[in-house]
Amino acid sequence: MTRTTYREALRDALREALRREPRAFLMGEDVGRYGGSYAVSKGLLEEFGEERVRDTPLSESAFVGAGIGAAIAGMRPIVEIMTVNFSLLALDQILNNAATLRHMSGGQVGVPLVIRMATGGGRQLAAQHSHSLEGWYAHIPGLRIVTPATLEDARGMLWTALQDPDPVLIFEHLMLYNLEGELAEDAGAVNLDFAAVRREGTDLSLITYGGTLGKTLQAAAELAQAGISAEVVDLRVLRPLDERTILESVARTRRAVIVDEGWKSGSLSAEVAARIMEKAFYELDAPVARVCSREVPVPYARHLEQAALPQVSGIVAAAQGVMSHA
Amino acid sequence: MTAPLGQSLALLEQMLRIRRFEEKCAELYSAGKIRGFLHLYIGEEAVAAGVMPALDAEDAVVATYREHGHALARGIPAATVMAEMFGKREGCSRGRGGSMHLFDVSRRFYGGNAIVGGGLPVAAGIALADKMQKRARVTACFFGEGAVAEGEFHETLNLAALWKLPVLFLCENNLYAMGTALSRSESDTDLCTKAASYNLPAASVDGMDVEAVWSAAREAVDTVRRLGIPYFLELKTYRFRAHSMFDPELYRDKAEVEMWKRHCPIATHSARLEAAGSIRPADIEAMRSRIEAEIDQAVAFAEAGSLEPVEDLELDVYARAAPSNEEKSS
Repeated sequence: MTRTTYREALRDALREALRREPRAFLMGEDVGRYGGSYAVSKGLLEEFGEERVRDTPLSESAFVGAGIGAAIAGMRPIVEIMTVNFSLLALDQILNNAATLRHMSGGQVGVPLVIRMATGGGRQLAAQHSHSLEGWYAHIPGLRIVTPATLEDARGMLWTALQDPDPVLIFEHLMLYNLEGELAEDAGAVNLDFAAVRREGTDLSLITYGGTLGKTLQAAAELAQAGISAEVVDLRVLRPLDERTILESVARTRRAVIVDEGWKSGSLSAEVAARIMEKAFYELDAPVARVCSREVPVPYARHLEQAALPQVSGIVAAAQGVMSHA
Repeated sequence: MTAPLGQSLALLEQMLRIRRFEEKCAELYSAGKIRGFLHLYIGEEAVAAGVMPALDAEDAVVATYREHGHALARGIPAATVMAEMFGKREGCSRGRGGSMHLFDVSRRFYGGNAIVGGGLPVAAGIALADKMQKRARVTACFFGEGAVAEGEFHETLNLAALWKLPVLFLCENNLYAMGTALSRSESDTDLCTKAASYNLPAASVDGMDVEAVWSAAREAVDTVRRLGIPYFLELKTYRFRAHSMFDPELYRDKAEVEMWKRHCPIATHSARLEAAGSIRPADIEAMRSRIEAEIDQAVAFAEAGSLEPVEDLELDVYARAAPSNEEKSS
């Protein structure tokens, strides 16, 4: 085991990709000379050169679209978008081309493209740098949406994404970059298909992903002290959803709380709740509950931002509420 | 330079072929065989017919939703194009794309993009891949003058010039973005000035003169391939028909349309060939009957085509099916 951070694990994954896959290259705003706005790609320009670590103009649509074109024509581009809010400037390319070309061309044009971006709030970056829009992207057929929440996934998701014949979007929660922990020396590729049970429990299922996994595990620990055994499911992959792991967990515990930093209305949490209702309604002992961000643009002031985002206390309260049903 | 005689005749035949194909599409639309949006290329034939011969088989093409002519001139069989519009499985996009989304990867024809400007970044990326893989290929990217108002035009020209990407930007300026005249949407209607501001060669040519297009495209492709840089070529043209089959054409005068029809690229070119004694009316008749036979066959092929089973609806959304959870531990 070695001591590392989420950021370093991501960087190691990029380094491995650039070393092992000659068709891979990284491009995006400030990924080279600056070292990445969250310092993920620091040092890679020096190691791999300008050809393979490409600083782009501030033209999200052009460089994401160029990633699509390069993927079509035989490369394996890794495109970094600074934050999910900026990705909206490239939404046309992501939806109308990356997600669509294979089907619209009758199976002829695959887009093996990886797009990485930071998501989420918690650093007082206010309403244009703090949102969690991965649930929107999970709405789109043709995309694979993954949300590494652990060091293993930060290290291992990129390589698997690069092998995928279709576009994969990797959402890195910005509060995770400094996450520290132990990682196996030989940590490598991980699957991009399945959810993972991060903590086993018998009384209820806490279903989450990405930036709220840590808060949810903390809530589970607090619930344990109160005598409630919570299982924690990390979705890992928001599209296609690993419905079976969710349903199996709910079948065991008969209660579910979904924790999602996205807004509640029309959200991924709504999707998970609907799937449980459609396929496990008669297994349930209580209505499904949700802990989501409040329905406001994420504000700057710390106390307001914290109030807007899901917190441990809210997860604990929601779990207790679900448990109070007979 | 002027085209050699064989090439000149081929240009004429290609234009006649596209014209007749489009007329047939209009008929079939009225007959209910073709549905959805249908954008005809009538009037603009000299552009696709003149540009395509300048490209090699290894070069790539990115086109717009008005791309039947480009597809035909690139060598996609009329039969599979027609079958696509009939929504048949034998169509060049298996009936998933329709008129606006013709694809043929074997001919490096990457669509039929129906988002104005949306093809430009993709073309830059294809060229980037070719450059990084050290292949001296050209990506030809067609778009209308309406795309010049899109951010993607500016972003992509800048990126292509900055990174020296071998893209030939082909702006088909037919003066109307659907119903909006260029002068009603651009503060400066000189498109070459805009393109040149990104530090790439920019030229303009009479898109109603197929020989001029042929010659300008050869020079442009040669520059892109030789120097490995992007190039902007404006082709001044005009569409004789409505924007789509739904368009009542309230935004332009009939007199204007009639004036442009007097510059019909087919009439101009055949008159030139006849005046030079290079072609006789009988030769043109022979071309027409070859074309008629080809298009009749294409329609018969489309009619006889099969419908994709509805069970296969979700095919080709992803390349691989989702694994089952039993494979989780492996």
